[in-house]
Amino acid sequence: MNRRNFIRISTLSAGGAMLGTIGFGGGKEPSMLERLTGKVHAEGSRYQRTPTYCEICFWKCAGWVYKNDQGEIWKIIGNENDPHCNGRLCPRGTGGVGMYFDQDRLKTPLIRTGPKGKQEFKRVSWDEALDFVAKKLDFIGKKYGPETVALITHGSGGKLLTTLMKAYGSDSIAGPSYAQCKGPREVAFGLTFGAGLESPEPTDIRDTRCLVLIGSHLGENMHNTQVQEMADAIDRGATIITVDPRFSTVASKSKFWLPIKPSTDIALLLAWTNVIISNGWYDRDYVEKYTTGFDKLKEYIQPFTPEWAYGITTLNPNMIRDTAKEMANASPAVIIHPGRHVTWYGDDTQRSRAIAILNALLGSWGRRGGFYLPELKEIPEYPHPPFPPVKKSWRDILGDQYPFAELPLANAIVDGSIPGNLKDFQYRGWIVNGSNLNMTMPDTRKTLEAIQQLELLVVIDTMPMEITGWADVILPECTYLERYDVLRNDHNREPVIALRMPATEPKYDTKPDWWIAKELAAKMGLGNYFDWKTFDEFLDYKLKRMGSSLEEMKKIGVKKYERTSGDLYFSADNPPAFDTPSGKIELYSTQLEQAGFDPLPRYTPHEEPPEGYYRLNYGRTQSHTFSRTSNNPNLSAIMPENLVWVNPKVAANWQLKEGQEVWLKNQDGAATNFPAKVRITERIRWDSVYIVHGFGHTNPLLSRAFGKGASDSALITKVLIDPVMGGTGMRGNFVTFLTENPDKEVKA
Amino acid sequence: MRFAMAIDTKKCVGCSDCVVACQTENAVPIGYCRDWIVEVNDGTYPQLEMEIRSERCNQCSNSPCVRCCPTTASHYDYGGIVLVTKHKCIGCGACIASCPYDARYPHPKGYVDKCTFCVHRVKEGLPPACVAVCPTKCLYFGDTDDSRSEISQVLKKRKYKRLIPEAGTNPNLYFLI
Repeated sequence: MNRRNFIRISTLSAGGAMLGTIGFGGGKEPSMLERLTGKVHAEGSRYQRTPTYCEICFWKCAGWVYKNDQGEIWKIIGNENDPHCNGRLCPRGTGGVGMYFDQDRLKTPLIRTGPKGKQEFKRVSWDEALDFVAKKLDFIGKKYGPETVALITHGSGGKLLTTLMKAYGSDSIAGPSYAQCKGPREVAFGLTFGAGLESPEPTDIRDTRCLVLIGSHLGENMHNTQVQEMADAIDRGATIITVDPRFSTVASKSKFWLPIKPSTDIALLLAWTNVIISNGWYDRDYVEKYTTGFDKLKEYIQPFTPEWAYGITTLNPNMIRDTAKEMANASPAVIIHPGRHVTWYGDDTQRSRAIAILNALLGSWGRRGGFYLPELKEIPEYPHPPFPPVKKSWRDILGDQYPFAELPLANAIVDGSIPGNLKDFQYRGWIVNGSNLNMTMPDTRKTLEAIQQLELLVVIDTMPMEITGWADVILPECTYLERYDVLRNDHNREPVIALRMPATEPKYDTKPDWWIAKELAAKMGLGNYFDWKTFDEFLDYKLKRMGSSLEEMKKIGVKKYERTSGDLYFSADNPPAFDTPSGKIELYSTQLEQAGFDPLPRYTPHEEPPEGYYRLNYGRTQSHTFSRTSNNPNLSAIMPENLVWVNPKVAANWQLKEGQEVWLKNQDGAATNFPAKVRITERIRWDSVYIVHGFGHTNPLLSRAFGKGASDSALITKVLIDPVMGGTGMRGNFVTFLTENPDKEVKA
Repeated sequence: MRFAMAIDTKKCVGCSDCVVACQTENAVPIGYCRDWIVEVNDGTYPQLEMEIRSERCNQCSNSPCVRCCPTTASHYDYGGIVLVTKHKCIGCGACIASCPYDARYPHPKGYVDKCTFCVHRVKEGLPPACVAVCPTKCLYFGDTDDSRSEISQVLKKRKYKRLIPEAGTNPNLYFLI
């Protein structure tokens, strides 16, 4: 398959189709400068740029879509006025064009004709597909109750589907972004400061003097604002301290790299706390005024000296002291970064609590160079009838498990779909949007077991994924470049909104989520929840009530508002307030204590790899987002597969050679489907291997990504559940090398 | 006027955004690239060092590619930028062989292609696409003949190296170290 040829053909045909709709515009041809900057004044010109915000990852940077001489999509450039990107998209955002041009996209609605998991579908019309879904949802609603249908979603499209689900009568609406990612830190910071972190995290890296990263490989995860501010921090000479068993990119740019033994982070955090308290390096005034439980913490922390931690973490005690001193010197302009994907070992809420406590001791919360106080713009609702009461909410379904879960857990929905796991309850249907659960959720086998039990699985996506192969109905969504979506609205230094509008007509027979939700609602008799004719009308209604309009937003893309909540940091104008039971920062958590958990974080040793096995570490890379971009032509050209990072000592033991293909097998006998190439590198500890998440696709409809690399999800069969909030710890798996194909059936 | 680029290896995270932005800006066919990332590792765990470089044509002032081109397709252009005139190029590949930086590739349409410093943008007063997109702002572009330009200032302030200086090509890419 020659990609190069294909792209040429594809762009030509797209251009041909588009000339009719876009037209050449009136008046004189725009100048080169106008073309390059997209600031074309002639209305309707084929060069006119359109505003969007990126859907390749959750950072959602705003940008402009540019067209070329043929009037087809040419490039996407960041919006200079957007604080998420400051005019600079990351490689994935820049490569977002590939999502539009990918010839493997889902093209028409499909209904399954063969057995589940066999990709035998018939092409149907939208009308037929939506009829099928509406009837099935009606059937399940009547037989089992609408609360037995769950929506699992990631991305902007899910907002209107959420409205549909609530109107239908279910609140089991989950994103793997919670219990498989940032949930534990949200709960931990909530318990400590009375506020979670949300997204983007209010880390004031711009003004920090010391940034501490614990297992967070900023710069490999392209959380755009943070990467940009980190680069500025390097210019300013700020200290970076990186704790990672792997010599990550940011480790190479850090003043201190702490090559910690995996799974021992809490011991290091306790030792840092010990050093800071016993030397009196904490912010006394701040601690006295704003915190509770300091005395209990001070007494508790005494045994946890750097020498104690040395035996656990393998980190030199002097290095622990030096780094603590560095943080204290920078205080309060110091950030112990909470990280983002923090579901590691099942005690993740406690580890995040230890991070929150350290930040509190150093007085960084609400302070310049620490954590700023973000603000969100309120967006008015488009009027709709009140939602019906939910007969059984996700919280009731969970019962007394995971008392601090604030949002529905995707893993609990998977568990709850398998008969016998829950008393008196079983999920019967899933609507899955933009979330490839087979690779997103740990333990692929369990996900498949749950899917087999469902009476309805509807998948709404742009690409064939592993999950689409198991769907009863596939609804092909158009890409973000071809659709309107809800306004982007995230917490930030100043309230800011962004518009996404279609840069071109949807390719193939694909539709935006808002259309799917509205049409489905109409078929289900819920049309009054979507009481607008076009999405323009829906957006314009909101924008008009926010001092703007759709017309204005089409021209500017991004709109910033003045803060109304006072200063960016604690001040007389914005006095410290904490939404906790005591009204203070809770170093000692009575809430955790009352629920039977440790009120102060405790280090518990975790299982070690058996002889001949290595801890499976996984992470992100700059050019891909999870498993969703692996087939993107532009991005797969940058990184077509993941490699298995192996320390040279380990490679020598196993006589592995650079580039040699291996299969990985875990402690439970689960193995990767495809061989992955070995990368022999000093950048990884001898007790671990490392792979980038999101590769090893098993769906042959992905012409570029199929069979490329190793899937970590297939190897994460041991899941360490966080009892506090139900997060799925995924770093307790150990793998060994197989140099021959363990399963002759599977062809790579 | 002498256009040059400085790449701050202390800030570059090797994200490849420069590569993707160049591909879309210049419609570089997928599977080829005009710029690329190099990662150099040194040491033994845990005493390690790593340098990351965003590399491209060095726009040499004494370019072997210009000298060896039999048709004068490769030539010095605006501000010393080395360019290939497509219709004059016969695709013989002499320039590819002569380049010590391996900066050129044979375009499937039959000519040899490489980084142009986005001369079409530079002429309009815009920075090259890679410079404009870089999230870490690790790329500096400008005129080294102008002592007030940002790049001249950066080169005055920072230590730098050039690649393969022994080839005598007088490259105009500076790597800040």
